[in-house]
Amino acid sequence: MDNPTETNTAFPDENGRFGEFGGRYVAETLMPPILELEKAYEEAKADPTFQEELDYFLTHYVGRPSPLYFAERLTEDTGGAKIYFKRDELNHTGAHKINNCMGQLLLAKRMGKKRIIAETGAGQHGVATATVAARLGMECIVYMGAVDIVRQKPNVFRMRLLGAEVRAVHSGTATLKDAMNEALRDWVTNVGDTFYCIGTVAGPHPYPAMVRDFQAVIGREAKQQILEAEGRLPDAAVACIGGGSNAMGLFHEFVPHKEVRLIGVEAAGKGVKSGLHAASLTGGTPGILHGNRTYLLQDEHGQIADAHSISAGLDYPGIGPEHSYLHDIGRAEYVSATDDEALHWFQTCARLEGILPALEPSHALPRTVDLAKELGKDGLIIMNMCGRGDKDVFTIADALGEHISEGTEG
Amino acid sequence: MTHRIDQTFAARKAKGQAAFVAYMMAGDPDRTVSQAFLNALPEAGVDIIELGMPFTDPMADGPVIENAGIRARESGTTLTSILEMAAEFRKTNDTTPIIVMGYANPLHHMGYAKFTAAAKAAGVDGAIIVDLPPEEDSELRTAFETHDLALIRLATPTTDAERLPKVVAGTKGFVYYVSMTGITGASFAQAGSVTEQVTRVRAASNLPVVVGFGVKTPERAREVAKDADGVVVGTAIVKTLHEDGPDAALALIRTLAEAVHTPRGG
Repeated sequence: MDNPTETNTAFPDENGRFGEFGGRYVAETLMPPILELEKAYEEAKADPTFQEELDYFLTHYVGRPSPLYFAERLTEDTGGAKIYFKRDELNHTGAHKINNCMGQLLLAKRMGKKRIIAETGAGQHGVATATVAARLGMECIVYMGAVDIVRQKPNVFRMRLLGAEVRAVHSGTATLKDAMNEALRDWVTNVGDTFYCIGTVAGPHPYPAMVRDFQAVIGREAKQQILEAEGRLPDAAVACIGGGSNAMGLFHEFVPHKEVRLIGVEAAGKGVKSGLHAASLTGGTPGILHGNRTYLLQDEHGQIADAHSISAGLDYPGIGPEHSYLHDIGRAEYVSATDDEALHWFQTCARLEGILPALEPSHALPRTVDLAKELGKDGLIIMNMCGRGDKDVFTIADALGEHISEGTEG
Repeated sequence: MTHRIDQTFAARKAKGQAAFVAYMMAGDPDRTVSQAFLNALPEAGVDIIELGMPFTDPMADGPVIENAGIRARESGTTLTSILEMAAEFRKTNDTTPIIVMGYANPLHHMGYAKFTAAAKAAGVDGAIIVDLPPEEDSELRTAFETHDLALIRLATPTTDAERLPKVVAGTKGFVYYVSMTGITGASFAQAGSVTEQVTRVRAASNLPVVVGFGVKTPERAREVAKDADGVVVGTAIVKTLHEDGPDAALALIRTLAEAVHTPRGG
């Protein structure tokens, strides 16, 4: 396998900035550990034995490379460009999240840290962290908003089966952002022995760059696979965005290829105009939260606004700083999809392709289909199918008015 | 203004005493009660006031201060109303320094230059912005220096010998030493470690060293005051104000102030 941490752009700079975004906005207590992490990561990146170990696990434990699959019936149904799915939902644990966890926890092992903490929204990052922590013999504590615990019960139970302790977070909106606050509080308290495994391309430097690098395997494989299948680069790469790790993972390899359009799909919840959404780029302004300067949902006083999405994994009022940068320089396009659209395309994908997508990539489907129509039959699109929908069946049943189990409120 | 801060420490030092720094959340539980409480602090023995600015995501605070922030926001507290409170206080007090304390985003959203000018006009003396480490504070610091306001930096147990000079180099007024790794309102640091650490921070800086985080009782305050130039109490005051009302909180403050002001000589 090729080098998973090779970079192909100059960003971030030495201060962790992507243009005017990113940075290290943390309490002084966390500055030394963040600088220590940056140094350890740079050393690991340059060490072939670290790369070999990571490659071994990605191949034999995660199950990489994931297939690039021609979604033939969806393509026929749409009557436009050829649609390919990058099938990261086939990874061990059912989403792209494990690519990053594998990298970070091997780094934690190298740094001698045995206590792992993580935040989770949909539970996919929590499950992936718990999984890798179990495999590497590490203690694992996952912070999860109390609201998300209700809507993602299967993942909560999976984490516990894997030996992780799931701590419910009741403060604030009791969702992903509050879980991240609580994980940061844990880290500031237990800074000596603890490694904070952030699940997305946000947080203080070096996290946005490091998580991107560990996820960039998605785009590297996809590029090679599309060249083999079609003999050319795609016209567009499409991915859903909460914090934006699966999108950055797919986009990174294609950033230098200007002919490839990069399209991120944010969660519009009940509609961007309703105010009940999670579309930070579409409906937000630059601000400072969770260690980085980026686009945020906030009110006129600079207080963070509540995000709304049927998908717990997209229910976050910020976005990774590199996306803010790609947005402002016009290299990537950011659009949105509503809860209703995601529900509709979840069902369509299930029936046409026999794939239950997670609610997160279900948001990418309607914009992929729109684009396929726009490009016409000569077009070529790769969409990141970043997670599988098994975890969402209770939420979807509720939304469709069906009762398949007790206690599926929310 | 830094001269109010300097004069406060000089006056206490001349008496062989440490300064007592009290934290309160602006606007908790509402503007009226909070203003009256703020105005009463100097007479109860408070030398320097830390005026908390609420934020939705206070990642360095424990539940007591987070909940106070929620109450303050629900009562309509904004940066503007906080600065109005400071200006109101200044009508009757021109000596007690007010340091506003909070997180970067509300200031960033208002604009650092605009906030700085407004804070200066309101009679604020300085600020502690928890999530602006030295690496990220240059824009606000430049604005503050233009207006002779003190941007006070934090030193912590993780700030090692290599980093400490860099941290204290850009700070004004005093250095705030966070006496433990953790969030506000957590349990005490070990007694011995504060002595050692205050000595370490003082050696690196010519500024007064104020110790905060984990000081809740008069006994602990008296002990910390033996080493530090100032002692901060926050959570215990916020908690008492919320649970038992302003009179009880002011009574606690008098006890704490007396403990902090115990002359060191003997």
